[in-house]
Amino acid sequence: MNEFPTFVLLNVRRIIMGQKVLLSSKEINIILHRLACQLLENHLDFKNTVLIGLQPRGIFLAQRLCKILQEEYNVKHIDVGVLDITFYRDDFRRSDKPLEATKTKINFLIEDKNVVLIDDVLYTGRSINAALTALQSFGRPSEVELLALIDRRFSRHLPIQPNYRGRQVDAIDGEKVKVMWKENEGEDIIYLINR
Amino acid sequence: MSELSVNHLLGIKYLKESDIQLIFETADHFKEVINRSIKKVPSLRDITIANIFFENSTRTKLSFELAEKRLSADVINFSASQSSVTKGETLIDTVNNILSMKVDMVVMRHPNPGAGIFLSKHVSASIINAGDGAHEHPTQALLDSYSIRERLGDVAGKNVVIVGDILHSRVALSNIFALKLQGANVKVCGPKTLLPKYVESLGVGVEINLRKALEWCDVANMLRIQNERLDISYFPTTREYTQQFGVNKKLLDSLDKEIVIMHPGPINRGVEITSDVADSKQSIILNQVENGVAIRMAVIYLLASKIKQ
Repeated sequence: MNEFPTFVLLNVRRIIMGQKVLLSSKEINIILHRLACQLLENHLDFKNTVLIGLQPRGIFLAQRLCKILQEEYNVKHIDVGVLDITFYRDDFRRSDKPLEATKTKINFLIEDKNVVLIDDVLYTGRSINAALTALQSFGRPSEVELLALIDRRFSRHLPIQPNYRGRQVDAIDGEKVKVMWKENEGEDIIYLINR
Repeated sequence: MSELSVNHLLGIKYLKESDIQLIFETADHFKEVINRSIKKVPSLRDITIANIFFENSTRTKLSFELAEKRLSADVINFSASQSSVTKGETLIDTVNNILSMKVDMVVMRHPNPGAGIFLSKHVSASIINAGDGAHEHPTQALLDSYSIRERLGDVAGKNVVIVGDILHSRVALSNIFALKLQGANVKVCGPKTLLPKYVESLGVGVEINLRKALEWCDVANMLRIQNERLDISYFPTTREYTQQFGVNKKLLDSLDKEIVIMHPGPINRGVEITSDVADSKQSIILNQVENGVAIRMAVIYLLASKIKQ
């Protein structure tokens, strides 16, 4: 398989699996800049604000936003943490697949800080619910906001809405939104996949 | 792999190398949790665990109880000395009575080897062996290996010597299984009377000279003389044992390298190791205790995730 370039393989998969491109690399870039500006508008110098990316896939988005804010908008320092919610999930022993934990790394206090939780896709809202519980272990933030790159509206199981959203998507339950990042999959692209 | 290959933790003998790695990786996450200001996660809020101890224990019992509480499980404790066991109830009856109160998991220490295995065949709950006679003490071996991995980076390829009463020690047997499984080289050292006859068949070396053993090893795991299990006299006097097999600072300083000193506790200071060794930088005895909670959280979490609703 290795002799085929990545884009050929991705295109073959696109045809076989019935996947549709939701956002291209260029569109993602524009959205990331808009989200960064919206964060900047509300948090200015980020002195009292921390970004927390949710494991496993929200961390790329958090790092990307931090990079844009620092390199293009001259924000001096932003605290960025990663939060694993495995031990706080409400589907322990309920899902067929065993839950696999990943690393949590929050090297700063969130007491009285404004926390922006960052995840790639907001779907049922259960991950965010678990994240809110998990956050309590690190202190009492003064405010918590939510940023999601893709907001799958009409799919929520809980009354949770994002403060910042990249794109709203109407996808049915049988479909899956897959966000891919240059750092991980070699390309920034978002697919809507028929499962 | 993200699931254990077993439904009970009865002994290291029944584990695969990948199980040990999964337990260690999960323990890494729990170690981070227990170092937070709020040291608790809600994962096991709908699990009830019974700690059944037919034999005395401080460290293991506390460590298990703490691990269970840090995972938000409901915990009931049971000591045989204060129970109907003294009135003649059998083990299966005792446990079945506890299980009919809707208990999901049993942590058991028992003076008879194989008690956990026996129980796992007769009751429906998940069983964790917290020591069965002179047979196995799997969580102790896991936390020992985990502590070596933490201090030296890896267990594979390391030389580990276990010193003391190997014959009566469940810690020694579980450690031998765990260390061999992970690719470490193991030697046992002690008076000939306290070394099992066919111990070499487990793939370990035998050394009766302590100095030679320490010169060879990276890690020395010092065991206590279990006076309560010594039915006959295995060595002339404690003083003579200490002279032959006790580790002191002078002996350690005379080696050309710095070895790691471990002890599963309880320590008999001045017998198997002197106080200055137990409290030195080379000793990771208290790290072992801290890691014990993380390892037990990992084992309980991974076994609980296999209990279906």
